[in-house]
Amino acid sequence: MNYFLGLFVSGLTRGSIYALLALGYTMVYGIIELINFAHGEIYMIGAFTALILASVLSIAGLDALSILVIASLVAMIYSAAYGYTMEKIAYKPVRHSQRLSALISAIGMSLFLQNYVRLAQTSNFLPFPALIPRFTFLDLLPFRASSAQFVIFVTTAVVMILLTFLIKFTRIGKSMRAASQDKTMAMLLGVNVNRVISVTFLIGSATAALGGVLISSFTGQINFFIGFMAGIKAFVAAVLGGIGSIPGAVLGSFVLGWTESFGAGYISSDYEDVFAFAILVLILIFKPSGLLGRPENKKV
Amino acid sequence: MKSLYVKTIMVVLIVCLVAVTGFTAGQRDEAVIRIGVAGAHSGDLASYGLPTVNAAELVAEMYNAEGGINGARVQLIVEDDVCQPEVAANIAAKLVGDGVVAVIGHICSGATFAALGTYLDSDILAISPSATAPDLTQSGEYPNFFRTIASDDAQARMQVDFALDTLNVRRIAVLHDRGDYGRGLAENARDFIQADGRGQVVVFDGVTPGAVDYSAIIARIEQSNADAVIYGGYHPEASRIVGQMRDRGMQTLFISGDGVKDDTFIQTAGPASEGVYATGPMDLSGNPVAMDAARRHREKYGEDPGPFFLEAYAAALALFNAIEIGGTDYDGIANALRNNTVDTSVGPIRFDRRGDAEGVGFAVYQVQNGVYVELR
Repeated sequence: MNYFLGLFVSGLTRGSIYALLALGYTMVYGIIELINFAHGEIYMIGAFTALILASVLSIAGLDALSILVIASLVAMIYSAAYGYTMEKIAYKPVRHSQRLSALISAIGMSLFLQNYVRLAQTSNFLPFPALIPRFTFLDLLPFRASSAQFVIFVTTAVVMILLTFLIKFTRIGKSMRAASQDKTMAMLLGVNVNRVISVTFLIGSATAALGGVLISSFTGQINFFIGFMAGIKAFVAAVLGGIGSIPGAVLGSFVLGWTESFGAGYISSDYEDVFAFAILVLILIFKPSGLLGRPENKKV
Repeated sequence: MKSLYVKTIMVVLIVCLVAVTGFTAGQRDEAVIRIGVAGAHSGDLASYGLPTVNAAELVAEMYNAEGGINGARVQLIVEDDVCQPEVAANIAAKLVGDGVVAVIGHICSGATFAALGTYLDSDILAISPSATAPDLTQSGEYPNFFRTIASDDAQARMQVDFALDTLNVRRIAVLHDRGDYGRGLAENARDFIQADGRGQVVVFDGVTPGAVDYSAIIARIEQSNADAVIYGGYHPEASRIVGQMRDRGMQTLFISGDGVKDDTFIQTAGPASEGVYATGPMDLSGNPVAMDAARRHREKYGEDPGPFFLEAYAAALALFNAIEIGGTDYDGIANALRNNTVDTSVGPIRFDRRGDAEGVGFAVYQVQNGVYVELR
């Protein structure tokens, strides 16, 4: 039973990590139907920014918690700027061409940012400091959970609730929903669609950067390629949950995390990816739009 | 009568000419020992083969400057096999035709396999600085083969022996990163543990390289009550796995290979790296023969030596020394290689029955106070 609980927590951790990234994927897709392959790179840039900042701040002698807060905030702002610029440079010019053009543009952006960081920083793995302090109350739990796992889980939940709230109840959220349904009609009704898309990228990139800081502080090392590795799984999770749906991304991430974790724990971790993709295929066979995705109504 | 006189003179002249040329030819055979140097000297693997040519030249030069081996000059016959088995077989036939006593090479295992049969039929020895396929020595099919580099499974052998004999662990989990290198290492380790019989492989599994979290497989290791983990793979995953194991308070020993014996591992794993064992190539930087070889290489070629240079230099030293002791016939050289310890650029070596150099290859290191320390 303890073993089961351990695997459950391990799946929960994996799920939260995927979810922090999947939220950004799904949000961008929901608005402009673009799979932003460079999302993982924004996450990686967030982690690098935080690492540079953390090194400087720790020389200045700040304590871990304030370093975490400052580094996260700066990384979020910096990455949001990257996301905003990326959208303006790579996606806006091809918005009205075929969907394939935007997709290729996204892949190009991803390769560009990876290699840019590789050249500008390093291709080696860098140690990432454990910025999340040890919470003693976690020792009282019946299973072992690190404070990084706990913080990642809580952050995922909070970000999901905030995003859902933002989209459902705020003015900009209303504009987002309008733009996602029909861009031309929204524009005719006075919604500034360009601004809506920019805001979407700002928010999506900021969540990616937050994920970058927290996840790297859990994994303890970063290099220029981490965004690609994590991005693929997060993308699968977003599709699994129904791409475009915020709670779907989180649910999909947890399903994926648990599948991998229990598969690795009870059968073989050699086949971890096989389990992950098998469950994706199964769900897409029975529910093509994903777990919580809206069925696609083609307009005639 | 006159024509008979002319004919006689001509016959005498011809006889004299033949005798003289025959004599000089015999003289040259007497004074020269031909050694083949075969390997990739062009193509994409040239960088692995060319340092061996340089090493052989340097050692031959050294011997020739002092009058050769037992008074016979060493002559190198350099042939390029491009690391391709078909080419290697042709080259082998050519070297046999050239009358070489022994061959330094080949470089790639596949090419070496292809050439060895030809050499064996003609009683020619081959001594390779870089062919690491285990079967070259372990199959017993090539008694004419020797090498100055450890075989591919030597690391796994060393890890298993170290775990069972020195650390005295019995329950061992074997993990790998699914790559050729890691999986090969782990499979060898598993087979050695099972063949030995004292230990038990409690978990054998692969992990996903670059995954965000390894806690599931770590939970399984904890559940299996393993005393030690043998990991085949590289440092990024190893540091994550060790880090998460120590986070959970597991004291399971961690043993890995040269993919982990890297200072980046210590940096990324931080305090968790303390006490981790890793096998890695022996440290040759303090070896006087190796330092001398590298210095002479820089003097002659104006650059630092390339891959397998020290192994090739050792091969040439061992071979020439064996010819000096055992003469130029096959049995003489082979026995001399097996029975005499030579001080070479890879340390003092002697060859075992199968042709592997004893005392070559890997050492066990342990992270102590943030640095890898060689265990003796």
